[in-house]
Amino acid sequence: MIEINSLSKKFNKNVVLFDLDLLIEKAGIFAILGPNGSGKTTLIKAILGMVIPDDGEIMVANINIRKSSNYRYNLDYLPQIANFPHNLKVRELIAMIKDLRGETDEEENLIDRFNLYPFLDKKLGNLSGGTKQKVNILLTFMYDSPILILDEPTTGLDPIALIQLKKLILEKKEAGKTILITSHIMSFVEEMTDEIVFLLEGKIHFKGLIQKLKQDTQQKDLEHAIAVLLEKSHV
Amino acid sequence: MFKILKYSFYDLARSRWSYIYFLFYFILALVLLFLNHDLSKAVITLMNVIIILVPLIGTIFGVMYYYNSREFTELLLAQPIKRKSIFLGQYLGIAISLSLSLLLGIGIPFVIYGLFNSAAIWDFSLLLLTGVFLTFIFVALAFNISIDNENKIKGFGYAVLLWLFMAVIYDGLFLMSLVMFEDYPLDKFSLIGSMLNPIDLSRTLILLKLDISVLMGYTGAVFKQYFGTNVGLFTSLGVLFIWIIVPVRRIVIRAKRKDF
Repeated sequence: MIEINSLSKKFNKNVVLFDLDLLIEKAGIFAILGPNGSGKTTLIKAILGMVIPDDGEIMVANINIRKSSNYRYNLDYLPQIANFPHNLKVRELIAMIKDLRGETDEEENLIDRFNLYPFLDKKLGNLSGGTKQKVNILLTFMYDSPILILDEPTTGLDPIALIQLKKLILEKKEAGKTILITSHIMSFVEEMTDEIVFLLEGKIHFKGLIQKLKQDTQQKDLEHAIAVLLEKSHV
Repeated sequence: MFKILKYSFYDLARSRWSYIYFLFYFILALVLLFLNHDLSKAVITLMNVIIILVPLIGTIFGVMYYYNSREFTELLLAQPIKRKSIFLGQYLGIAISLSLSLLLGIGIPFVIYGLFNSAAIWDFSLLLLTGVFLTFIFVALAFNISIDNENKIKGFGYAVLLWLFMAVIYDGLFLMSLVMFEDYPLDKFSLIGSMLNPIDLSRTLILLKLDISVLMGYTGAVFKQYFGTNVGLFTSLGVLFIWIIVPVRRIVIRAKRKDF
């Protein structure tokens, strides 16, 4: 599904990713974790083609991403900050994405689940942060792409929407999708994900099941296990 | 590209600022025409306003739009669209909506005044044409500045400086150098000098067309002498066109290599 070979990227002289290899073949939910500045966002953006690598190769669904932008039909991305053109209505934004990507019939279902009907004819500039995030989620989940990339998906959501989001993610997993998530909320990660990819200083320090990480570090919960990983790396 | 263009145009067409910009020109043209009753004077006054204001609004709007739509651009970048289409679409969206404000704002009062029966229609069309050219040029320059500067404040600063340089400082330097080297033949120098700045070039173009090049002294005389009216017109329009093509090319090239 996603294959990354010796990926390197630096911004000016700051090396963010160095000689990174990652292979994600099967379906499931993967969390990309790491302290601030460890290169999570850069890794995600490299897969999306937003950051252009200095070196290395990225294959998504067996297509080298440098070749063409069409590989993104296999990807759905939920960005961290939702900010849309202020003067467009929600309905028009949905129409625009459909115009760019093609038809879908999932949208009605999602509008219903997140109670977005009252907002369809409102301008995006007048929506609250949480509602914008719901629209953002709607745009990401209305397609049936094999890979989903979610960057801090829980930001600004109320508990009801959060429950809906978790359900949605699990449904996508059942449907055999590959889902990459970054999050700082460890309870969310522990509840939702199967495997974690732990990044530190531009390298992958750990990749595997949460269970295995807990055993390796002899900790009971994920938060402490991660802390142990971090401490070890500083010795 | 046209899909992006369509939606960024929709977005801007509903923006309050587009209407304020439109109303400004509308009222200005209305007042000039109906209080003055002299079409050719109105064209000259409008020219003076357009030549300063269009570049200013173009740069500020361009920079503002780019920085405001950053997150949205990121969302678009994750869609199966080429980068070139995204940036060209947004660029054309702004340039076209600003041009429309200008065209309608000035055009409607002139039509009401009875422009189609008057001889000034060509001068007037040229005025609008250069206004549109200047819009396209300065929005493109603004995009170039904002693509190169992640920092909003810096981007705004450079944009305002660029406008100040083109609209005010350049003329000063140009004049000073003409005075300093007045003992030398300056025909070519002054010609090239006014070609290199789109604002100067537009002004020269309109004044030449209005046939009052005598007022411009040296540059006017040189232009008249070297180009005659029609060749001069097309050369100048050609140069204005290059002023659009080069910055737009650079937007495409820079956008391809940029990290978001």
